[in-house]
Amino acid sequence: MKARVRLFAILREKAGTSEVTLEMPDGSTVADLVKEMAHRYPALLEGVAHTMVAVNTEYVQQSQVLHDGDEVALIPPVSGGGPNRLAGDTI
Amino acid sequence: MILLTRKPLDSEAITTTVHGDANGGVVTFLGTTRNETDARRVLYLEYEAYEDMAEKMLARIAQEIRERWGITDVSIAHRFGRLEIGEVSLVVAVASPHRAEAFAACQYVVDRIKQDVPIWKKEVFENGEVWVGTEGHQHSLPTPG
Repeated sequence: MKARVRLFAILREKAGTSEVTLEMPDGSTVADLVKEMAHRYPALLEGVAHTMVAVNTEYVQQSQVLHDGDEVALIPPVSGGGPNRLAGDTI
Repeated sequence: MILLTRKPLDSEAITTTVHGDANGGVVTFLGTTRNETDARRVLYLEYEAYEDMAEKMLARIAQEIRERWGITDVSIAHRFGRLEIGEVSLVVAVASPHRAEAFAACQYVVDRIKQDVPIWKKEVFENGEVWVGTEGHQHSLPTPG
């Protein structure tokens, strides 16, 4: 399956790109995709704590299974952000 | 009305969108760009948005105040791109028959926006820059699994 991965703010700057398409084995989860992104863009490993993931514009858990055509966004802390975020896992 | 735009925000026009004969009070909050953070002089700011998701979440927040206070007259406008000091980055206008609900709902909307709506702010200083919310968290991103 193919997923379109979008990067924003500090993560976009660290990766040097705002968007990438990843080919992943069927049945891959969000956690698998994050691992692959960190492999391809090691600078993301120096990224931020509390990064969250959205799939098709909804916050999700890391265990969520991806599907062909999903849009996955890595979401670093928002401008007023803090620990009291409402949904989803942090990476 | 929900609006994400690179253009300057007209707070009076946005406030007018919530006026109605049944309303006895209108509360408008303006977020403005500040010239200093932690005693460092800010030159300008850059806002970035995940537009599709941010619009969806702002609409959801408007729905939340409808459910909680019965308020339907709410407008939220957020600017992104480069903003100079003193410009308006956020306008939240709420109207209701009585003022207490309008004040409470307006504060709720602003607080919710800052929790998890995917809009980021970078402060640019004379000798550096920082994405707000990530300062002090530059340690490693743990590999999940």
